[in-house]
Amino acid sequence: MILTYIEIRDNKIKKASLEALGEAKRTAERLNIPAAAVVVGSTVESLATELLAGGAAKVFILENPAFGRYSTQDHAQALAELAGKIKPLAIFFSGTALGRDLAPRLAARLGAGLASDCTRIAVDGGQVEYTRPIFAGKALLTLRLNTSPQLATLRPNVFPVFPPATAAGEVVRESAGVPADRTRAEVAEIIGEQGGETDVCEADIIISGGRGMKGPENFGLLRELAALLPRAAVGASRSAVDSGWIGHQHQVGQTGKTVSPNLYLAFGISGAIQHVAGMSSSKVIVAVNKDPEAPIFKVADFGAVGDLFEVIPRLRDEIKKLRSE
Amino acid sequence: MNILVFVKRVPDTESKIKIGPDGKSVVEDGLNFIISPYDEYAMEEALRIREAKGGKVTAVTVGGEAALVILRKCLAMGADEALFVKDPLPESYDGLRTARIIARLVTARFPDFELLLFGKQAVGDDNSQVPSMTAEFLGIAQANVVVKLEVEGGRATAWREVEGGQEKVVLTLPAVISAQKGLNEPRYETLKGIMMAKKRPIPEVSLEELGLRGEDAAPAVSVVRVEPPPARAAGRVVAGSPEDLARQIAAFLHGDAKII
Repeated sequence: MILTYIEIRDNKIKKASLEALGEAKRTAERLNIPAAAVVVGSTVESLATELLAGGAAKVFILENPAFGRYSTQDHAQALAELAGKIKPLAIFFSGTALGRDLAPRLAARLGAGLASDCTRIAVDGGQVEYTRPIFAGKALLTLRLNTSPQLATLRPNVFPVFPPATAAGEVVRESAGVPADRTRAEVAEIIGEQGGETDVCEADIIISGGRGMKGPENFGLLRELAALLPRAAVGASRSAVDSGWIGHQHQVGQTGKTVSPNLYLAFGISGAIQHVAGMSSSKVIVAVNKDPEAPIFKVADFGAVGDLFEVIPRLRDEIKKLRSE
Repeated sequence: MNILVFVKRVPDTESKIKIGPDGKSVVEDGLNFIISPYDEYAMEEALRIREAKGGKVTAVTVGGEAALVILRKCLAMGADEALFVKDPLPESYDGLRTARIIARLVTARFPDFELLLFGKQAVGDDNSQVPSMTAEFLGIAQANVVVKLEVEGGRATAWREVEGGQEKVVLTLPAVISAQKGLNEPRYETLKGIMMAKKRPIPEVSLEELGLRGEDAAPAVSVVRVEPPPARAAGRVVAGSPEDLARQIAAFLHGDAKII
């Protein structure tokens, strides 16, 4: 069995979790084994139908009033108990902030090897092979895990969701307690979650600015453009972040985030190697830069040589026109 | 406060990565190596806590002899001690194994530690595994990707970055914290610090001395291959008036890419 941990936010299943479940289903099919999902939360059983339709033959529900707010140790303990009972071949997580926090904790508890931030999962000779970018995408590492179970986090926005099928399968409720020492780490507050900006890792479209933006005040131009588009986020190059023009959570590249959106729109970004590494797996790259020699044009599907301050307002009008059609 | 900081030697971020002839490794020759940038934030934070509360900062690395240079950097920045854990294996991309070594070291040599600081990931392996795994092996709390940290009276308050916001987490010490960019601005080493660090002997400990052998130190990961990423086909580059460029971009996004 391949088990997928399902992440819940505002009582909804995260898209990245459905992507991970979809890949679990495809991988399980190649191995001729079932795919399953597990939801850990306070009241989550109503979500099972969507998971049965999304590729799971079995959905495990681990409910406890204490699980309403995420705690690494609580969730790791609940999952470790379930894994002990059902002995999955592998457990998949989405490579979100939560998945990257939880998966290694569980891996250590289970003595399991972990493949982080996978962008491709294949089966060769009955063995699962995990491919993941290293050096922020300057190279790809393919590995096998010599443990049972095998754990993997899957990069958001890379794997397709399983085409919704009829919800057929089994929902299993398992008892789930909390560890005795659970007071060790408590989430006291979540800041800026409501109405927060879309994170670059989860965005379908990233509108990114570099040194050519000239100052913090001009990032408003990019935010306006992002506001016109669905699931769009504002990104930035290291030099823009290091100049203090925008928060580091927007930084794309080797000391920022590695992203794979459907569209990466780069304004005034020269294309330093550490930046390109972080965004070159984007499906489509469009760049606007004054300098025709800018290295960003070597990776762009469409490059426009021009002044971004003149192009952006006009592009905004063009996009508005297209969106209203 | 007794603080341990774990640091790793990595190729700098401007490096071009070449694949070795075995197809399973990265060529190290000709690369410039640095302390992993996130580890530097961890190091700086440790020094700031010590400066405010007193205590001792020990920098630790697990790796080959070449990693000694980043321990010297930590000493030059102001670490009180450095410790080199000699690992005969080259890069194995295996966080579990490294975390096991670190947990064993902490239990054996630093039973009175209060805070373990790491970078949120090593630039290069990009695993983000070792901090959480170490916390689990030691049975202590963790907060990852931390952008602000306060330590007071046996507790730490950490602000960790999550999608679209921050989580404020309160932890009982001892605990593991992994540092994200934004936590602080690392200091430069002073010339005096550099000179002093050069002369300091750095104690070394082997895996055998930590009682790790055979299965304990066996990797959970087998490398199948390392390869370059697929090259992107060269696209179109156009010039023209701003109106013209905006129209062409919109047409590309709508017609060719079908995104808008």
